[in-house]
Order: sequence, then C-alpha cells, then structure tokens
Amino acid sequence: MARLLAAILLAWLITAGSVAAQADRPLADPTAEHRALALHKELRCLVCQNQAINDSNAELARQLRQIVRERIAAGDSDEKVRRYVVDRYGDWVLMRPPFKWSTALLWLSPALLFALVVAIAIVQVRRKRGTRAEPPLSTEEQRKLDALLSSDDRVRP
Amino acid sequence: MTWRVLVPLAVFVVLAVALAVGLTLRPREIPSALIGKMAPTFDLAPVKGRATGLSSDDLRAGTPTLVNVFASWCIPCREEHPLLMDLARTGRVLIVGINQRDEPEAAERWLAAFGDPYSRTGADRDGRVSIEWGVYGVPETFVVDGRGCIQYKHISVLTRDVLEREILPRLRGERQVRCDG
Repeated sequence: MARLLAAILLAWLITAGSVAAQADRPLADPTAEHRALALHKELRCLVCQNQAINDSNAELARQLRQIVRERIAAGDSDEKVRRYVVDRYGDWVLMRPPFKWSTALLWLSPALLFALVVAIAIVQVRRKRGTRAEPPLSTEEQRKLDALLSSDDRVRP
Repeated sequence: MTWRVLVPLAVFVVLAVALAVGLTLRPREIPSALIGKMAPTFDLAPVKGRATGLSSDDLRAGTPTLVNVFASWCIPCREEHPLLMDLARTGRVLIVGINQRDEPEAAERWLAAFGDPYSRTGADRDGRVSIEWGVYGVPETFVVDGRGCIQYKHISVLTRDVLEREILPRLRGERQVRCDG
C-alpha cells in the first residue's frame, strides 16, 4: 500500500514538474501583460481550431502566447503583433475575421437573410390584403346562396 | 400553381448540394499564408550525428527543394517516410528535413531505424523555426523553388498521389508561383 502511494505521489510529481516547466511566464509590467492577455483571446489555436490560444493547453498555443508577450516586450503595437501572427498563419488565426471581398458573404449573410425574410413577409401580407378586398356578391349570387342555405340538406338518390 | 410544388424541391436540391460540397472540405487543413512568399530566414544545427545543418541560404542555392517537417514522436511521419526514402533513392529530388521539437538522441535513433532521406537536416529544438514557417502540425511538407520562394505546402501524411499530382510538377518548375522582391 505504501509502495502504491509512493508510486502515485512520484507519478504526480513528475507530471506536475513537467507542467510547471511548460507554464506561461507572464510579463512583469501589468499593463503589458494585460495587452498580451487581450491579444491571446483574439488569436485562434491552430491545433484545437475552435479555441483561442488563451484557453488552450496545446504546446503550439503556449508558444504563441509566449511570442505575443515577446513582441509586446519588444515594443510592438497590438496591430503589429496581430500582423506578425497573420503573416505566418493567415487571416484564419484571427477569431474575428477581417472584412474583405473574400469574407463579404460571411459578414453580410445575416443582413441578406433578414432582408429576404422581410421581403417574403411583405409579399405575404400584400397577398392576404388582396383576398380580403374581393368584390361583394352580386344580387344573382346572393339569391343562389340564399336558396342553397334554405334548401333541404338531405341527399336525394 | 405547379411552380409552387417545385419550391421545396429546389430548396432541398440547393441544401443537398451545399452540404455535399461541405463534406468534401477539410477544415483542419488551413491554407498556408506563405505560398508565394520567400522562405523565412533561419539557421539550424544538424540533427545529432549529421554533418550538414540547414539554413535559409541553402534554400536559395538554385535547386528546387522539398522541405519536410518531421519528428521522432510523430507517428504519421513513419507512414510517409518510405515514400521519402523512395524519392531520395531516385537521386533526382533534393530533400531536406526540419526536425521539430525532438530529443537529439531520439531523432538520431529514428533516422538510423527508418533511414535518412535528407541531404540536410535542421534540429528545431524549441519549434520556433517551425512557427516561422507557419507549421501547426507534423508532418508538413513544403516545395521551395531554387530562389527560396515557397511554392506549395502539403499538410499531414504525403501520399504517392499528392507527390505525383502536386509536388513533382512544382519541383520540375511547372505551375510556378512568383514571389515579389
């Protein structure tokens, strides 16, 4: 039992040690670190794809977090840091894709869909109004209707 | 009246086509931002036990080069390795390797066990050079022309089909992308 416990403790120490070795090294300047953290949320993790690098455990994400910090420490503006990553990995790494010709459909599709729905609604409403505005019955039609309503309902053979 | 019956059918056809196209896409493969750009500047020491390292100057020496990013810990790399060995045996293609985030001994053992198709290797111990190349997984393979301009990138395991359809024509200088500057 003691051996088992020792083995578990050892295993934990080894993993804890390796995790500690891979941990992030935040910047000393709190405003710079704040900028780095904000940028981390904007950059997509390439390995896990739908996560930003700020909450990914992937090694590549950790390295990119560190690179963002280095660029900021070297005096880059936020835009320059973004540029640096985009130059290597493309627009794809931005969690918020930029507005370009190639992304126009992506950005405009909600507005287009909304316009389509409004157009359909207008057509439908117009059509309904059209049916309500049908001309009243003529005297001949009224007479036939009255006759039908007052006639015997029983079906004759 | 009849055209109204066709509306649901038309919607169905459009949706089915869009979804069928969607199924053929590979969202995990992100197109490289570096096609048509010059290879990044780097200088790497060789993998343990090899004599010649790899630098960006080697890629500007006039010969089109296949740049393969590999690692001993990368299982799919074993799958494509025989293909690289075959290609190296023909002697017609210059293949160089970037060994990503590997232990020197492990990389050396791996090349001894599976064969070494690379005329140059660079040990990218911390993975920084791979990031310069926009690598996000291993294996990845680049075609670089004789001036150092990146022509093509293949993500994941190389296949004979990709080699013959995409890579060899570019190494022969067909279908060139021009780099500015």
